[in-house]
Amino acid sequence: MERGGAMSGNKSGKVIVLRGRKVVGGCAEGEALVTTQTISGWGGVNPMTGTVIETRHELRGVSFRDKILICPGAKGSSGWSAVFHIARLAGAAPKALLFNEMTTKIALGAVVMRIPTITDLDQDPLALIATGDWVKVDADRGIVEIRKAVAAAGSGALSAAV
Amino acid sequence: MKLTDSEKAMLDGREGPARRKAMELLVRYGEALNVERFVETTNVAGVPGTSNPFLESYYREPGDRYDVIFSRFDLDSDEVIEVPRISVNSCHLQGGVDPENWETLGAKPEHLKISQAGEASAASRGIKILKTCTPYLAGNVPTKGEHCAWMESSAVVYCNSVLAARTNTEGRESTSAAMLTGRIPDYGFHQDAHRRATHHIEVEVPVDDIFNWGMLGYFAGDVVGERIPVLTGEYSQANLIHHKHFGAAAASSGGVEMYHVVGITPEAPTLEAALGGNRPVEKIRYGKAERQRTYETLNARGKDPNVDFVMLGCPHYSLDQIQAVCRLLEGKRVSANCKLWIFTSRVVRAMADREGLTKIIRDAGGVLLTDTCSSISQAVPPGTKVAALDSAKQTHYLPAIMGIEAWFGTTQDCINAAVSGRWNGVAP
Repeated sequence: MERGGAMSGNKSGKVIVLRGRKVVGGCAEGEALVTTQTISGWGGVNPMTGTVIETRHELRGVSFRDKILICPGAKGSSGWSAVFHIARLAGAAPKALLFNEMTTKIALGAVVMRIPTITDLDQDPLALIATGDWVKVDADRGIVEIRKAVAAAGSGALSAAV
Repeated sequence: MKLTDSEKAMLDGREGPARRKAMELLVRYGEALNVERFVETTNVAGVPGTSNPFLESYYREPGDRYDVIFSRFDLDSDEVIEVPRISVNSCHLQGGVDPENWETLGAKPEHLKISQAGEASAASRGIKILKTCTPYLAGNVPTKGEHCAWMESSAVVYCNSVLAARTNTEGRESTSAAMLTGRIPDYGFHQDAHRRATHHIEVEVPVDDIFNWGMLGYFAGDVVGERIPVLTGEYSQANLIHHKHFGAAAASSGGVEMYHVVGITPEAPTLEAALGGNRPVEKIRYGKAERQRTYETLNARGKDPNVDFVMLGCPHYSLDQIQAVCRLLEGKRVSANCKLWIFTSRVVRAMADREGLTKIIRDAGGVLLTDTCSSISQAVPPGTKVAALDSAKQTHYLPAIMGIEAWFGTTQDCINAAVSGRWNGVAP
């Protein structure tokens, strides 16, 4: 499969590369939104806006629309996939998804959102990626490239991100 | 994935376009889960083809509305295909609006119309319209080892733990696809190795009623999260209703899909058997302090003692529970300042009608409703500020969804509140 030179295209700033397993194929890049808390679908997210609404969630009031969403996994009601499916129809889904813990909820949700999704990464994405970092996801090859926002500041990579 | 000949036939379209689309979706799902094969499922519970105003306006394609919604949303197909009669014993879980008391719920006539049209279409394809979160109280009781594909977290945990049937927490799209194909990925709870307990909870206070089983479930879910607890200790023989409330609570505060109670649940004749020879990841005690903390957590959203809404029936009430409420209501009337709504399945409601229980509740000023609940329908009586609930699950969801206060207590506490308009519940 994929080999080491995958991220050689990087021109400036520090780039970190992670490798994992494809859940749903495809490629996307964008700004990271990271949470260390699992996400509820039904009753936890407004699918029309992609905003987290769960009372005690650290992302409460924040939308994952068009972000690269990085989270530990899914929790809560069996309506998870249907809520994220509706988010896709409403144009409020994330651009790509990286997560740590496999469940039927998140697997089915990723499938029906039809976004590039990777799990089983060789390093913890929650520890290595911060909100605002620029993340490139090549799910077909199972490769994630991270440009740290701070390291990239002034290099042009960040301004491209925002 | 490794497909059998009949699975390949479905995927190739030899069983028609709907089964091809359903298999395509299940293969995408199976690959996402990284599994090699499917199990044959003989019992599916989902919400097939259920529509709502958003889906109605989003999918504007011509054609039979049920075919449009089912193929485009349930099967995630880019084209509309005709949905044939389903192949497997399948039922529709809770949802839609109570066809009799829809106005009480504040539903609009168009909601009722969408709901009833979808129901007729589902029934014409062979789907049983149980309209309940408790299919096991409405005639769908899977047998030990039966591979199921169920939605509804409280039903999933009951199916695995109490019935020893096997299901993961499935979603709308996977259950609808399973209804057509009789297949679901061979993952998680379908396999012996994934049914063993991971956490040991020692119960050190007596647990013998709905109130206490509900609190214990809420505590268990909170401490084990998505893992599998096994209980030993001071509980009495748990009946169906106790399991219903324990499991629903554990699946709300955490993501518990299976639990063991030593000496009671079928896969836990002994602690060792429940653990499958493994050592527990963690040993946790549930004593007076833990019980007190759980009670306080559940009552954290209760401030005002003036109660204007009492909601019972989460998960849907059984006939026994309705009988018990009728006894508690004897010679009393619901306060003019309070509403009493009790939710159940259509099957149980029909029995309650025959036994005169529906009338007893109505005469006392309450309503017996079906199909849904306040959280699912986002429906409380107009002006509701403070609710009283006997379900830890509903207490977990309703205040967050509706932005109201809520008290959690015994069924007796709730009926007292309905009659007096005041909360007088006390900690255990």
